[in-house]
Amino acid sequence: MVTDGEYKKPLPMPSFTSRPFWDAAKDHRLTFQRCRLCGTNVFYPRDVCPGPDCFGVGTLDWVVSSGKGSVYAFTVSYQPAHPAFKEDIPYVLAIIALEEGWRMNSNIVNGDPAEIAIGMPVEVVWDDVTSEFTLPKFQLADRTA
Amino acid sequence: MADNLRGAAAIVGIGELKPERTRPGRDAMSLLAEASYLAIQDAGLTKADIDGMIFDPELAIGSGGGYVPKMAEYMGIYPTWATGCDAQGAAAVAMALQAAAYVDAGLANYVLCGMSAAIDPDVPRRPAAPARQETATTEFQVPFGPTVGANGWYAMIAKRYEALYGATVEKRAKICVDLRYNANHNPMAIWHDKPITIEDVVNSRIVADPLHLLECVMPCAGGCAFVVTRADLVQNSPHKPAYVLGGGLGILRGNLTHVGEITESPVGGAAKKAFAMSGYGPKDVQAMEIYDSFTITVMCELEESGFCEKGTAADWIQEHDLTFKGDMPLNTHGGQLSYGQASTAGGCAQVTEAVRQIRRDGGEHQVPGPTDLIYVTGSGGSFSQQSALMLASDAAL
Repeated sequence: MVTDGEYKKPLPMPSFTSRPFWDAAKDHRLTFQRCRLCGTNVFYPRDVCPGPDCFGVGTLDWVVSSGKGSVYAFTVSYQPAHPAFKEDIPYVLAIIALEEGWRMNSNIVNGDPAEIAIGMPVEVVWDDVTSEFTLPKFQLADRTA
Repeated sequence: MADNLRGAAAIVGIGELKPERTRPGRDAMSLLAEASYLAIQDAGLTKADIDGMIFDPELAIGSGGGYVPKMAEYMGIYPTWATGCDAQGAAAVAMALQAAAYVDAGLANYVLCGMSAAIDPDVPRRPAAPARQETATTEFQVPFGPTVGANGWYAMIAKRYEALYGATVEKRAKICVDLRYNANHNPMAIWHDKPITIEDVVNSRIVADPLHLLECVMPCAGGCAFVVTRADLVQNSPHKPAYVLGGGLGILRGNLTHVGEITESPVGGAAKKAFAMSGYGPKDVQAMEIYDSFTITVMCELEESGFCEKGTAADWIQEHDLTFKGDMPLNTHGGQLSYGQASTAGGCAQVTEAVRQIRRDGGEHQVPGPTDLIYVTGSGGSFSQQSALMLASDAAL
């Protein structure tokens, strides 16, 4: 972790709805929402249920994820939109499929990008980027921290 | 009288600005106005004839809203029906369908549609981060370092497509090479002067694995516009009209990440509607203008449109000559990949190119065979929304 002033990458801008996600992330818990009316698992956080045939408003509860999943898709980026990522090139952007049945964007870290293949198991690791924010990232599951 | 749009309206005027890497001193309003003036004059009309207007709200960024009346005032054109169309790269095709519906419904007689993009090196570019706080993007994409433009998203689609179906760059590259050949015969295309080979594509640097530079569009400055009128008014047009036979716009997701199989492109439902309303199928199509932000975009659109089975597009493109003189002319003006992409005007140039081909006005890159029935697509977001359109000469009505 660098000092807050040294971290130049864009930080999340939490809303009232998403704040619990970032509070849990700071405590190293990965969370998502589940609708108490229809059981749909929901990510990214929102106020209404996107389940088919469900009109739930304010019916989404926070659930703790196992943090285990697999690589659904990924790319090795050589061309970041934000200049602060240039120092990380080549870095891995990924869509992770969590085992509860929802997906999120993240980076795959702690290894050689050339070893990554779609379908490989991953587990969440935590990047305490500033004193306020921790980002969930993922590593291949056969790796020790 | 038909119960739907088939043949109710036609595109009778087109205006295209040559895509350039930069256009110093030109802003988006002036580029759209210039393309609009070309389209109105091409239709043989006066400003007073234009009583309908549909523009892309990309222009609205920073203008405080009300971009359509601001464009109207800028040009001195005052319609009695006007609206925006916010469908990203799918917008131009959607505008053609909206305009057709509007004239058919009697809301207007002549609808001007268009969009533009400015790149002026001396004007500060708008910030990369969206102005609105939109959770999915600002919190759950930006902190992880997305790539420039849509490159990273389509790279992930291509990477997953490779894992599911094969199709490495060596096969995808044929799209680039055939479309570049088309561009080499089109003086308006930004890459008119530079032929390429499969090897050039494969050797071009990787921007986001597995996509190579030449598989991605280059952002340009430019503009494009067209005028739609009702079928009973086409006799006033100096050019052969391009009739709207049918179309649709499908949405599968808002962001790439969360919903469905990401290698599925959203054009499937829209294509079904386009073919059903037109009374034709993929085998009847004589040329096509397929939204080509990337090679992988084209491949998936061909599959979901029904030209080949899912996962087989890479082989399909090897088996067909996609050049304007080939058996399956595709992106006859060079495609956005080789003609250039002036933001959503890139998709508009695909519509106007189809009109050009129907008119037999393609010059050096005119398809020699029949061009009475042309299939056009648009694509927006990250496989978020895609549109489909069937355009025809009167011979295919």
